[in-house]
Amino acid sequence: MVERTPILNFFTHLILFVGFVFCVAPFVIVAIAASHSLKEVNDVPMSLLPGSEFWVNIKTAWTTADLGPKLFNSFVMAAGVAAGKVIISALTAFSIVYFRYPGRMLIFWLIFVTLMLPLEVRIVPTYAVVANVMSPYQAILDVTGLSWLIEKVSGVQVSLSLGLLNSYTGLIMPLIATATGTFLYRQFFLTVPDELTEAARMDGAGALRFFIDILLPLSRNNMAALGTIMFLWAWNQYLWPLLITTDASHATAVTELKQLIPNVGGIPEWNIAMAGTLIVMLPPLVVVVAMQRWFVRGLIATEK
Amino acid sequence: MEKRVTFSRWSIGILFAVPQLLLIFTFFYWPAGQAVYWSLTLQQPWGGGNIWVGLDNFRSILANADYWNSITASLVFAACSTGLAMVIALVLAALTDRQLAGSRLYRVVLIWPYGIAAPALAMAFRFILAPEAGFMAVVNQVWPGFWDPGLDGTDAMASIIAAFSWKYVGYNFIFFLAAFQAIPRSLIEAAAMDGSGVLRRFWDIQFPLITPTIFFLLVINITESFQDSFGIVDIMTAGGPANSTNLMVYKIYSDGFKGLDYSGAAAQSIILMLLIIVLTIFQFRFIERRVHYR
Amino acid sequence: MASITIRDVRKSYAKMQVVHGVNLDIASGEFVVILGPSGCGKSTLLRMIAGLEEISGGTIAIDGKVVNTLEPRERGCAMVFQNYALYPHMSVAQNIGYSLKVAGVPVAERAQRIQAVARILELEHLLDRKPMALSGGQRQRVAMGRAMIREPKVFLFDEPLSNLDAKLRVQMRSEIRKLHRRLSATSVFVTHDQVEAMTLADRLVVMNGGRVEQVGTPAEVYSRPASRFVATFVGAPAMNMLEGEVTLDGLSLLGGSRKLNVSRAGLPVGSKIAVGIRPEAVRLVAPGTPGALDATVDLVEELGAGRVIYVDLDGAAFSVVTSETAHPAPGSAVGLQFSEADLHFFSSETGSRLDVFKASMPVPAL
Repeated sequence: MVERTPILNFFTHLILFVGFVFCVAPFVIVAIAASHSLKEVNDVPMSLLPGSEFWVNIKTAWTTADLGPKLFNSFVMAAGVAAGKVIISALTAFSIVYFRYPGRMLIFWLIFVTLMLPLEVRIVPTYAVVANVMSPYQAILDVTGLSWLIEKVSGVQVSLSLGLLNSYTGLIMPLIATATGTFLYRQFFLTVPDELTEAARMDGAGALRFFIDILLPLSRNNMAALGTIMFLWAWNQYLWPLLITTDASHATAVTELKQLIPNVGGIPEWNIAMAGTLIVMLPPLVVVVAMQRWFVRGLIATEK
Repeated sequence: MEKRVTFSRWSIGILFAVPQLLLIFTFFYWPAGQAVYWSLTLQQPWGGGNIWVGLDNFRSILANADYWNSITASLVFAACSTGLAMVIALVLAALTDRQLAGSRLYRVVLIWPYGIAAPALAMAFRFILAPEAGFMAVVNQVWPGFWDPGLDGTDAMASIIAAFSWKYVGYNFIFFLAAFQAIPRSLIEAAAMDGSGVLRRFWDIQFPLITPTIFFLLVINITESFQDSFGIVDIMTAGGPANSTNLMVYKIYSDGFKGLDYSGAAAQSIILMLLIIVLTIFQFRFIERRVHYR
Repeated sequence: MASITIRDVRKSYAKMQVVHGVNLDIASGEFVVILGPSGCGKSTLLRMIAGLEEISGGTIAIDGKVVNTLEPRERGCAMVFQNYALYPHMSVAQNIGYSLKVAGVPVAERAQRIQAVARILELEHLLDRKPMALSGGQRQRVAMGRAMIREPKVFLFDEPLSNLDAKLRVQMRSEIRKLHRRLSATSVFVTHDQVEAMTLADRLVVMNGGRVEQVGTPAEVYSRPASRFVATFVGAPAMNMLEGEVTLDGLSLLGGSRKLNVSRAGLPVGSKIAVGIRPEAVRLVAPGTPGALDATVDLVEELGAGRVIYVDLDGAAFSVVTSETAHPAPGSAVGLQFSEADLHFFSSETGSRLDVFKASMPVPAL
């Protein structure tokens, strides 16, 4: 459109630039602070020119917070959640979109309700379940009298027990148990032309064949989007890993950050803290930058 | 919406849903039910099962000034951070949508903060807003004692609001920009032909058309401010000073896992769940129906 | 190659019945076109033959074997879809060969058969492309190839040409015809385009409202439409219809302003009937010519080879197709002349053809 609005354009640029600065500044400050010596970082005002201690600080933060194994744990958790979500949601969406069975709507709503209550608000009982993942089933057997029956008949006392605290499974599974991905796939499956399904049926393909040969390859974009979002989401989890990894061997990089909060009293080691922060924020930032397209797409699609 | 074409062997169909159903039963429905059970019972200190206490747990929570303080803090936090994050994002998205030179750069960069883990950005903001080092220290040099989130509750609240808003500006920006770009170009051009200027067009056409997105984000931001705030609070203030930033989720965590009061924590969880369910239903029922243009 | 026998086939969804008891016999090797407006049940019928739609009542037999409960893959049919339904993520070769892959045909044999089909359809140079990179006509050919490679007993076409532009449609039409001559497989082709139907069909099935209105060769359907619906649906511009009533001495038309002297052949006086005449059977003559109807010209449409002249006949719209160079101006008066052999009579109540008039018809004096 031909439109001359020089004053408005000036303010547009100005405001956007200020927004840009506010957005980028914390990253820059973290990086600069991470390069200073202990004295420099506590100077008021702190110098905005990079110092020379960057690698030293990174190394100190790395060893203090034991970031190597922690980053690995974070990676396993994030990749596990992303993969689990991508696969399990696809299966479920296929079931509720491409089949008509009794109770289908019930299943749909059971899954839908999980969207409403995030893990954070039900941590206490979820923690108890993960401590013994068999407890729900044990309770069901007890209440229905089945365990009594089994004990009478076989003489074996039923006592199911499987603790998942301090395990990757325990970290990952509860994070997968929501509906986000299912609805993303559902929306997509509904847009897949019916004629493709019919063509596949005419070509002799059954349900499983159609799912693997046609539907999944067509869903590649959605899988990338969902995978990206879920990877980031899982990587950034804090409360859940904090709770269930009572043992440091399974702690994640994000929970480990707490170790780097400078002590009260003494000169705060902000340079080390910022170096650690930089390490922890870098992987998700790389994912966002590299997968920008999928990230944006996944974000918008998962929320609708 | 339904598919016209389906597969007939529905026994196979159910099998596909089984993994998800097992997961949500074990890690969602059972714990949610458990929370209800715990909230209505009291655990014996030396084991030996729970005793039924009815609504006593709720009564004692609601009679507790600390809990009301936590609710107030959560609401203040929700209102301020949501307002800040949404207004800033709306302005930035509207301006980026004008497609002037450089808008591509903004589109890429403004999203970055949302990718960052709450505790990590909390750490960054803890440093930036620290009273003795970093940037607020400069202000403190000019006006000694002006800023200290470690001692002053208002300063602490302002700190966590700043950190949270910084992250969610990026999130809201994505949605606002998508909403702006979904407005058909021809509508804007028609308004321009009608003699309407840029600002006029924004108020008369673009703004009304994105109201569904505004309401959607409003609900999402409020619910996220209840959940995603945990990492920020834990790293920046640990609920202090003097409980001034002891938000609801943080209180559930500290009561349940530090104070080992499972019943009280469960009752608090139930109240928070109800709050979020009400918000969600409000969004689906009320907002989606009233603000709908297509 | 196979015959198809359709006996009293019905289809209903929750409350609506969309196909009402269709009977049809399709001979082995025949090319049958099902023609009808959208929503007439023609696609549903085709999909019931394919096995994509449950049959609510009646039976469909292929080669004498009832297939009602068989899965599509077990029926030996191949189908070409309206939107081609090519798998977007597979190459042309993979698309064509997918059914063989599902059936577990070894790779070498598969490749060989894909090559053979591609050669017939002139797709050899496109085998590695994705459907996205093909033109409409090429996609159409891939869809045909996918159907052909299975060497099916029956080919089913669901409006396969409707997404092509006019020129390509004519070309694909003749290609399909040639292909049929070459493979001589039983084919059922569904369309709402009457030109397509007329040019392709050995036999035409005209459907309306879930019922078969007429079955016959294209020439039969055109020259002796079995119902008022068929008469107006087949042929363009549509057949002119004049409403009339049986009187003691023949027919009164257009609310009594014209008379037609025909024997009423036992029909009760007062029965409502419709008289049809094709626009191309009408000749334009000078107004006032004896035995001709006088009318006023409304609009003239130039077709190049001829023209369509829309006239007003005592308030009724009437069209004439003429190849003469005469170019009457709108508003001018013309005479319409036609031979009685070209008239068609239909019951106004049932819409069915009334041949009684034809048989006993004396020279009409209009």
